[in-house]
Amino acid sequence: MVGVNPLGDEAGSLGRKHSIWTTLHLDPLLLVLLLLLMVGGLFVLYSGADRNLLVVEAQAVRFGIGLVVMLFVAQLDPAVFRRWAPWLYLAGIIGLVAVLVAGIGAKGAQRWLAIPGLPRFQPSEGMKLVVPMATAWYLSRYYLPPTFPRVMLGLLIVLLPMALIILQPDLGTSLLVGMAGVYVVFFAGISWKLITAFFAMISVSAPLMWFFVMRDYQKQRVLTLLDPQSDPLGAGWNIIQSKTAIGSGGLDGKGWLQGTQSHLEFLPESHTDFIVAVLAEEFGFLGMAALIILYFMIILRCLYISVTAQDSFSRLLAGALTMTFFLYIFVNIGMVSGLLPVVGVPLPLISYGGTSAITLLAAFGVLMSIQTHRRMIAA
Amino acid sequence: MAWGEFKDTAGERRLFQRRTLVMLVLVLLVLGGLLARMYQLQLVEHEIYTTLSDKNRVQVQSVPPPRGLVYDRNNLLLAENRPVFSVTVVPERVDDMPATLAGLQDILSIPDEDMTRFERRLGEYRRPFEAIPLSYDLSEDEIARMAVRRHEFPGVEVTAELVRHYPHSELTAHALGYVSRINREELQRIDSVNYAGTNYIGKSGIERFYEDVLHGTVGYQNVETNARGRILRVLERENPVPGEDLQLHLDLRMQRKAHQLLEGRRGTIIAIEPATGGILALASVPSFDANKFVTGIGVEEYRELSTSIDKPLFNRALRGQYPPGSTIKPMMAVAALDSGATTREKEIYDPGYFQLRDGGRRYRDWKRSGHGWVNLMESVAESCDVYFYEMGVEMGVDVMHRYLSAFGFGEDATLDVAGALEGILPSREWKRTNRNEPWYPGDSVNMSIGQGFFLATPLQLATATSLIANRGVWVEPRLLKDIPGDRPVEEFLPEGTHKPLELKNPDDWEYVVDTMEAVMHGPKGTARRASVGASYRMAGKSGTAQVFSLEEDEEYDAEEIRERLRDHALFVGFAPSDNPQIAVAVIVENGGGGSSVAAPVARELFDTWLEDLPAADKHSLIGQASTGDER
Repeated sequence: MVGVNPLGDEAGSLGRKHSIWTTLHLDPLLLVLLLLLMVGGLFVLYSGADRNLLVVEAQAVRFGIGLVVMLFVAQLDPAVFRRWAPWLYLAGIIGLVAVLVAGIGAKGAQRWLAIPGLPRFQPSEGMKLVVPMATAWYLSRYYLPPTFPRVMLGLLIVLLPMALIILQPDLGTSLLVGMAGVYVVFFAGISWKLITAFFAMISVSAPLMWFFVMRDYQKQRVLTLLDPQSDPLGAGWNIIQSKTAIGSGGLDGKGWLQGTQSHLEFLPESHTDFIVAVLAEEFGFLGMAALIILYFMIILRCLYISVTAQDSFSRLLAGALTMTFFLYIFVNIGMVSGLLPVVGVPLPLISYGGTSAITLLAAFGVLMSIQTHRRMIAA
Repeated sequence: MAWGEFKDTAGERRLFQRRTLVMLVLVLLVLGGLLARMYQLQLVEHEIYTTLSDKNRVQVQSVPPPRGLVYDRNNLLLAENRPVFSVTVVPERVDDMPATLAGLQDILSIPDEDMTRFERRLGEYRRPFEAIPLSYDLSEDEIARMAVRRHEFPGVEVTAELVRHYPHSELTAHALGYVSRINREELQRIDSVNYAGTNYIGKSGIERFYEDVLHGTVGYQNVETNARGRILRVLERENPVPGEDLQLHLDLRMQRKAHQLLEGRRGTIIAIEPATGGILALASVPSFDANKFVTGIGVEEYRELSTSIDKPLFNRALRGQYPPGSTIKPMMAVAALDSGATTREKEIYDPGYFQLRDGGRRYRDWKRSGHGWVNLMESVAESCDVYFYEMGVEMGVDVMHRYLSAFGFGEDATLDVAGALEGILPSREWKRTNRNEPWYPGDSVNMSIGQGFFLATPLQLATATSLIANRGVWVEPRLLKDIPGDRPVEEFLPEGTHKPLELKNPDDWEYVVDTMEAVMHGPKGTARRASVGASYRMAGKSGTAQVFSLEEDEEYDAEEIRERLRDHALFVGFAPSDNPQIAVAVIVENGGGGSSVAAPVARELFDTWLEDLPAADKHSLIGQASTGDER
């Protein structure tokens, strides 16, 4: 059992150096890696947005807000997250229902909630943090690995918001939120037999999803992935163009601001979801390798934080958040390079827009909180 | 305890570590897979995608609108568009730039300047795959040679564009102005969308003033191009809206006549149709070939033009500021009569000089012996200076300034004549600001005969003369006569702002016109020789402007003074005097006497406009009628 030190004077008790970073509750290594990513991202964005400084400024402001949010979240003790998890979850579910009833949105999807007096927000975005928190809260109440009924109940906690988000409809976010919860269940120690069984179930249910859940545009995206040339000026356009942009970059790229695909407006969404194609075209394979290595270092640091966390709740939450970050990278780069269907998933901390940058930095705030709020282990 | 079960903390930690290891392996595999995918796309299949990236592109291209044409009043073409072939280079598609340039130099004659400019552009920022022009205006031979050897030069294109051409280049250069390549400052100012495909912009004259009207609206086309950027097919097209055509008041035949009359001299002619304010002729001689400025004039050639002592680039008609001399006397007569400074009857004795006070400085009359007793009519007809010296002192600078302002001096009174200067209409205030001195009575003496500080442009003189011809009704000078289409021409012209000059006794206008008639037809009229044999009555006033001022009593010998220091010969006038069809201002620089040199020029213009051209029109009408309905 974990003893709570009400004074939170944990640094000295572990014999670690009491530095400015522990006072600020920030992890300097992780922070430097993130800043490196964000600054590089702004340069790529400047090119991807066709030299529109306003876009870069807006993104920088968003980063600023995100860093403040991160700093704030990092000050909270992980115990606070645990206490608040069920209530945040409840509030999130209410928010998702409210979006379905009274939400606003564009392009046939309701994602936003406008409450007078508050800025517009997307409850589904917050659920990317809250769902793993709630799942970790539930599963870490008991001994691990969890029993079968607890696994099922934990998955229920995950499936409820997923279903509500699918109804918006927003398949991409729903899967990301769901995966964040599933990671918790995996880290909690669910048996390999069950995992195998789930995979089997998914492969059986995939055809059912195809016929009953997926919408026409989603099916089209999958079909297009399989054969982009079938519709080169329609749905296949994005994939052909982004692959062309990436491929023509070569080893060292065409140079910053010199990309032809993006600047000649062949590449759609060149500053949002497809920004990695701009990077690949202008900085080549070396640039992509640098980006992937930077991402890997961030993931490595986060997994280290997870492993060294002191209680099960923190471990499960940190591990799940790290893997969600990884999932973003995988889905986005996989999509842009033509390995996965086109799903609206941004490249973390590089793509322009949305609240994703702020959510991500809040998640890193949680990780930093876990890293810096250490206490002496009783017994 | 919230979770009343036994927890194996160390065991849970080990479990988590194992699971994390699994995830770490997954992360490594996936990121490694993504990196492998990049390796595949960027290194293994690089060639495929580079080719894809370079070729078979669907591009949006701008289609520049053809610039509006300019016609004279008889619909003769003054400015047209002619296809010009240029060589452009897309550096991204060139494998070996030095070799390509060397190869091109073998088959084309590329001036060093063009080569330098090209190399400079190569270093500057531009959009990827933007073509850089290398050589303009290829000859037929060069086009043919390029057509044969084009395949040797990937990335090099021969492009055709419509370029302004002035078929009567020197005749119309000063009247129309010209277009030339858009420069850096203009690039900041113009609407970059509408000028997306346009390389030329009006720099002066009509071309500049009506730039918006002449330019038109840009069109677009989506085209599919091959690897070398050559258009394979047009997928979609939105046509440009061509610029509006302009019809000017200018009469090419008058313009030609004016240039003939000034041939071999330096000078300027402005002819205005008083009823409409339309400028019939605007000549400034010597002139220049405006076509050279369109595609870019060579540095050497430009230096020659701009440093020539004859100033061919200088638009004397609009920007030449001359002392008006005696040509100001009819306007002064109007001022003196209406202000009450004199009457038609009042006589003054002219001993050959004027003194503000006894024993003071003598202001000489041009006639050393003096005109004796003269009234206003005789003073204008014989150009008696002393009469006007006294009027100038009598009226004072304020009254003169008020009346001369009403005649349009000291301002640009034109509607659409770009670049017209204001001259100097001196006043007390002007002298205090510019000379930091009070106004002396002697200044009024000089001003009364159009000397001293007073400067006017030929266009201003023609405008003021036109106002007398119109008996005080203001019609601002203009070039634009019509724009074909439904919209009235007034929509394109700025609005006139001048109120008519109303005299206390409107009959004074007729009297002043009579004095100007006496100049031409009177027994002692200074320009009577210019009216010999005319079938109509004309009104006019000659003038002589000193190039440099002579000291009092200094002897003046035209023969001894170098030609360029000789007086300017001036003349203003209109005809017929009772129903004016044409008003002119003529200045022959260093021509000598206005009545002997400038007046005959005006007479020729009158004859051409009133007799020769109507006769020619009649003849051509008869000719057309006899040849049937061919046109």
